[in-house]
Amino acid sequence: MALLEVRGLVGGYGETDILHGVDLDADAGEVVVVVGANGAGKSTLMKAVAGLVRIRSGRVRFAGEEIAGAASETLVLRGLAYVPQERNVFPSLTVEENLAMGAYARPAMFREGKDRALALFPDLAAKLATPAGRLSGGQRQMVAIARALMLQPRLIMLDEPTAGLSPKFCSAIFARVQEIARDGIGVLMVEQNARPALAIADRGVVLAQGRNRATAPGPALLADPDIGRLFLGG
Amino acid sequence: MLQLVNFYVVPGLVLGAIYALSATGLSLIYGVMRFAHFAHGDLMALGAYVALGASTAFGISAWAAIPFAAAVTVPVALAADALFYARLRRSLPAVLLISSFGVALMLRAVIYLIFGPTPVTFPRPIVPPLVWEGLRIQRRHVWIILGSALSAFVLHLILSRTRAGRAMRAMSDDPDLARITGVPTAGVIRLTWVIAAVLVALAGVFLGLDTQLQPVMGFNVLLASFAAAILGGIGRPWGAAFGGLILGLAEECATYPLLAGAPLLEPTYKSAVAFAVLIATLLFRPQGLFRGMI
Repeated sequence: MALLEVRGLVGGYGETDILHGVDLDADAGEVVVVVGANGAGKSTLMKAVAGLVRIRSGRVRFAGEEIAGAASETLVLRGLAYVPQERNVFPSLTVEENLAMGAYARPAMFREGKDRALALFPDLAAKLATPAGRLSGGQRQMVAIARALMLQPRLIMLDEPTAGLSPKFCSAIFARVQEIARDGIGVLMVEQNARPALAIADRGVVLAQGRNRATAPGPALLADPDIGRLFLGG
Repeated sequence: MLQLVNFYVVPGLVLGAIYALSATGLSLIYGVMRFAHFAHGDLMALGAYVALGASTAFGISAWAAIPFAAAVTVPVALAADALFYARLRRSLPAVLLISSFGVALMLRAVIYLIFGPTPVTFPRPIVPPLVWEGLRIQRRHVWIILGSALSAFVLHLILSRTRAGRAMRAMSDDPDLARITGVPTAGVIRLTWVIAAVLVALAGVFLGLDTQLQPVMGFNVLLASFAAAILGGIGRPWGAAFGGLILGLAEECATYPLLAGAPLLEPTYKSAVAFAVLIATLLFRPQGLFRGMI
């Protein structure tokens, strides 16, 4: 059984469903990349798993337990961390305080978590006292990922971590993602930047109009001419 | 010059300190819950009247009765939240605002019912003012200013140094992100009410000591408190405290006879200063001096 198992997920905002029966598996130490056109339901899928979007039907099991409909604030303690695409740092809090918020549920893990965060993102060491709102987009993304890693989650969900970043920052983020997975943490990532993301994906999932279109190892999806033409822009 | 300080600056600081206490609570509530709490003024009056009741019943001074005031405003604020605001948390801000208006009317009705409409004062012995080089200041004014400064300092420590205070700031930055991060938002909301209710009880007792108690005393300063919170940047407690001081000073100094012995502004129109500041802020710097949330 996979660490995260999504089966037949239907849900969305208000009366409108965006997801029409999505299946997804993600395992520890694995990089899973979800791609698809705008409006395919990629971000909604993550928000639904994180408990921020109404789920009409379907199952979401994490580490063997049903979490569909669970309150967002309880997921951190189960080992499920989520980094939204936008507004993913507390702008008026310093970088150090943002990291402390990441360890809010277990303050005893702060010191160790901070050391690990600085080992993964050494650039943040010089910015600890800076309000996160004053950082560049790339630095903010680092703070957001570091914050989500503070409690050593079993799975981290990243919603378009490279959106709006320069190519240099993109490859840095993808390299960190691989490091995180090597530590045994599952990474579930939604990406607009599909080709480089699929290149590092153990599992690639293509969504179209709220349904699964294809699931295969990332490089296999990249090699598939139909997928390339329809979903990856030729 | 001494006349300016004695009769305008000192009373301005006292009024400003009271506005600051009330505006800080409004700003905290707005930050954490995105909600303009209209019952804040009447909660303030409730605090003042409870202190009056305790001071009469136990023969203690108004200062010693402050804990009694807070011991009532805190549970009342928590109950109003649990009974009315909590179930409206996901509605439009205007709905919450109107429900708090209802709570305001209920509180005021209770005060009228128990204490009647006649203005009263705290029993206070006549003490000579402190005099220093021509500077005259009432002892109670010294205590009001020091008490407010101390509360602001304690609040600062709570917000910047404690885990709970950090969670309040995080929630005011982004409630959804706070939730994802594992912050128990219901607990943070309760803490916010406790802090705001203690501050407003202090403001009520101070206002009663500075002037007199009447059931509409809190409602009368509500607009000025909102103006102070918006001037400072709503959702920014330090901004609100600063805005309160500015507004208190502006109101008192506006009546200074600068030209030909006539006051700049007739004292009757003093409260218009808050309106003017509010309108000017919204026109020229809607985010407030310290970049608030609107």
